[in-house]
Amino acid sequence: MKKLAKDPINVVVAGVGGQGNVMVTLVLGNTLVHDGYFVTIGETYGASQRGGSVMSHLKISAEKQYSPLIPEGQADIVLGMEPVETLRVLKSYGNQNLVTVLNPRPIHPVDFTGSGAGYPDMESLLKQVTSMSAKTYVVAATEEAQKLGNTMLANMILIGALIQTGLVAISQEAIEKTIKDMFPKAVKENIAALNKGRELAAKQ
Amino acid sequence: MPNIDIDAPGSNQLFIGNEAMARGALEAGIGWASAYPGTPSSEILGSLAEVAKKRDIYVEWSVNEKVAMEAGAAASFAGIRSLVAMKMNGLNTVIDFLSTVILSGIGKKGLVLIVGDDPAAHSSSNESDSRPVSKWLDIPLVEPGDFQEAKDMMPYLYDISEEFGTICIMRSVTRVAHARGNIRLGVIPKVEHKARFEQYFDPAAPMPTPIMCVPSSFRHMFQHMRLDKVREKFEASPYNKYVGPEKPDLLIVTSGSGWLYSQDAVNALKAENRIGILKLGTLWPLPEKLVKSCLSRADKVLFIEETDPFLEGVIMEFAAGFSPESKRNLFYGNHTRHLNSFGELTPDTVIKAITGVLDIKYAPRDAEYMKKVEAVPQQYIMDRLLTFCPGCPHRASFWAIKNALAMDGRNGFVTGDIGCYSMALGPAGFFQTRTHQCMGAGAGLANGFGQLHRFGFDQPVISVVGDSTFYHSIIPGLVNGVHNHSDFTLVILDNGATAMTGFQPHPGTELTAMGEPAAQISMENICRAIGARVEVCDPFDLKNTTRTMLDLIEQKEGARVAIMRRTCELVRQKKEEKPYKMKIDPEKCLGEDCGCNRLCTRVFRCPGLIWDPVARKTKLDEVICNECGVCADVCPEGAITKEAVA
Repeated sequence: MKKLAKDPINVVVAGVGGQGNVMVTLVLGNTLVHDGYFVTIGETYGASQRGGSVMSHLKISAEKQYSPLIPEGQADIVLGMEPVETLRVLKSYGNQNLVTVLNPRPIHPVDFTGSGAGYPDMESLLKQVTSMSAKTYVVAATEEAQKLGNTMLANMILIGALIQTGLVAISQEAIEKTIKDMFPKAVKENIAALNKGRELAAKQ
Repeated sequence: MPNIDIDAPGSNQLFIGNEAMARGALEAGIGWASAYPGTPSSEILGSLAEVAKKRDIYVEWSVNEKVAMEAGAAASFAGIRSLVAMKMNGLNTVIDFLSTVILSGIGKKGLVLIVGDDPAAHSSSNESDSRPVSKWLDIPLVEPGDFQEAKDMMPYLYDISEEFGTICIMRSVTRVAHARGNIRLGVIPKVEHKARFEQYFDPAAPMPTPIMCVPSSFRHMFQHMRLDKVREKFEASPYNKYVGPEKPDLLIVTSGSGWLYSQDAVNALKAENRIGILKLGTLWPLPEKLVKSCLSRADKVLFIEETDPFLEGVIMEFAAGFSPESKRNLFYGNHTRHLNSFGELTPDTVIKAITGVLDIKYAPRDAEYMKKVEAVPQQYIMDRLLTFCPGCPHRASFWAIKNALAMDGRNGFVTGDIGCYSMALGPAGFFQTRTHQCMGAGAGLANGFGQLHRFGFDQPVISVVGDSTFYHSIIPGLVNGVHNHSDFTLVILDNGATAMTGFQPHPGTELTAMGEPAAQISMENICRAIGARVEVCDPFDLKNTTRTMLDLIEQKEGARVAIMRRTCELVRQKKEEKPYKMKIDPEKCLGEDCGCNRLCTRVFRCPGLIWDPVARKTKLDEVICNECGVCADVCPEGAITKEAVA
């Protein structure tokens, strides 16, 4: 376990119920705990499972157990699984030093559909996100996962991109161990997705 | 992921609070656990069920909380350490039993009740605080402040329960129960459980007696004597602690989730030298000596608590009895509006409360960034209303109910209940549900509405309940309705699981909590035995379901039942491939120009269907759609088609 440049590191994972938000924080959290870090994760689930906005707060510390919620404006990294949800989180937790990793694949809120307004214009949406982040990685995780044959692999692609930023104190070796522990039947696919995410982020 | 019984003492694991409590119960050597699922408490029993056979303990999903509580008490009466778990709503249903078991006392082995509260009602119909029940009914109560304590407090609580012969309560909240953190594991002992129910030698009597609550006043006095002894024990509890300077400018008194938030807030304000924190893990009976000595440290005292001002009330009440020469504190908290007694605590609400008492400046973000925050267009981040999953049978059931009520034309409505289908209050269920209270209330209300015809009431009434809810608390309502000729239709949405809380079994399903074959109780047999007309339909057959509903609504002969049966989509997709290949023909879709004015995306609103505002047509979102086929029967133009997958 290394001392962290900033302690704690605050990560928000933003998405929509059913996307696998909880699983993402669990993969990251398990890896970090086994490397000796203190990890606290606050999750919104229950009713939010059904198509609502879902957000997980992940705090990483080399020193102590923190509370499960991040204070306003104090996120260091936002892992955005969905564009509208990413912007929603930036509004509450963003700041000028924040790094965003974003999957640009929209999940249409039924209200946007119902009203006939449709989803917000993607270009302006991404512009908003970029202007509110010190650095933004746009990772077409769903598209890449479809190419790999399973849309659920989008989450591991995003995890790969997040690790590639170098901000979360997770080594390739440590994450591969977690993948073997948590997904023993799909190790190869998950490691391929992880590396795909790293590759996509490395180019940016 | 390791099970909660992983044999690695001293190792660190990432557990949610509920798993930590379950692990703690194993380390305490329990032999029994019973519960009814309810967020945020469900994973306690769920994680114990996974290891029950291996650890030789009995684990049961009971039909409701009341039975879970009483059955669990029997295990304690017969000499087995017993755990019962429920959410705060369940606590309300066991109050009667608790009010007598504190008089009768327990058996030779401990009895612990865990109650999971849900501040902000993330997944609940209310956000009530369970802690006052401890003072009301004279029950010792503890509250873990972090994940490690959620585990470590369990063996501690069993020791208290046995030493003093009383049931004890652990209160948790969503941000402990459903948050994850580090747990250092202890040892799970090998216990030879031996159950035998003997005449109980009651030291209060003192003679062998049945375990009974009479003579009540005498036993009430005895429980108060027990509480005094527990209070002495709590004075030295390792779960109460003070951190901070010797003489702080401000003393925070907190418990539960407030412990970590208070530390984070003090840290964010860089006020470690000015603020001390008294964290109480044992709340009732109040460790008075400890509290008094901490109050003497500071003039100003701020209470940080989630939901009700419980400690604020009992400590101010206690301090009001101090002698005139004692220190007089200035108290802040809910009564001074520094904190709300509704919604949940966050680090920000705690920071705001502190800066409201001490003169400390705090600005989390600079002005330039705040300009960007304020410039975010509101239409980009409209609230995402909850809806049923794509392919959920409930969407189809409510579609049929809506259409049947429209055809009937008498402004009929649904009385709702608790489950995923609660979302039918909104667009997910086409606003058909008009009442929403607690489990079982929909059927009870329907009983009442169904008798009002004598006062001119002529609207059809439909009570919609889930399958698990039916067994939990609907049967008496149906008995009452049939017996008294109340005019309503009971609809049971039978999706084969307690879906909302994580697919736990119920009396209608095949397996017990421990994975053994269960005696399945047929809901149609129960309803028919009560004397109700019963119709069973598949909600995906919209035409037949609508026709059946209309026929039932228009019958005016007491309570009758429709069972809408189809497996929960989330359960189905784990076992089977998608049943259809769905397509939308853009030539046939007329969008807003259609006679239906895009019925599919405007009203039906399955998340699998999206509206393309440029092409002005409905499209399929192939990543989201579960290809259930129902929307093909909603589209009047035949633009949406389903093709069975061979």
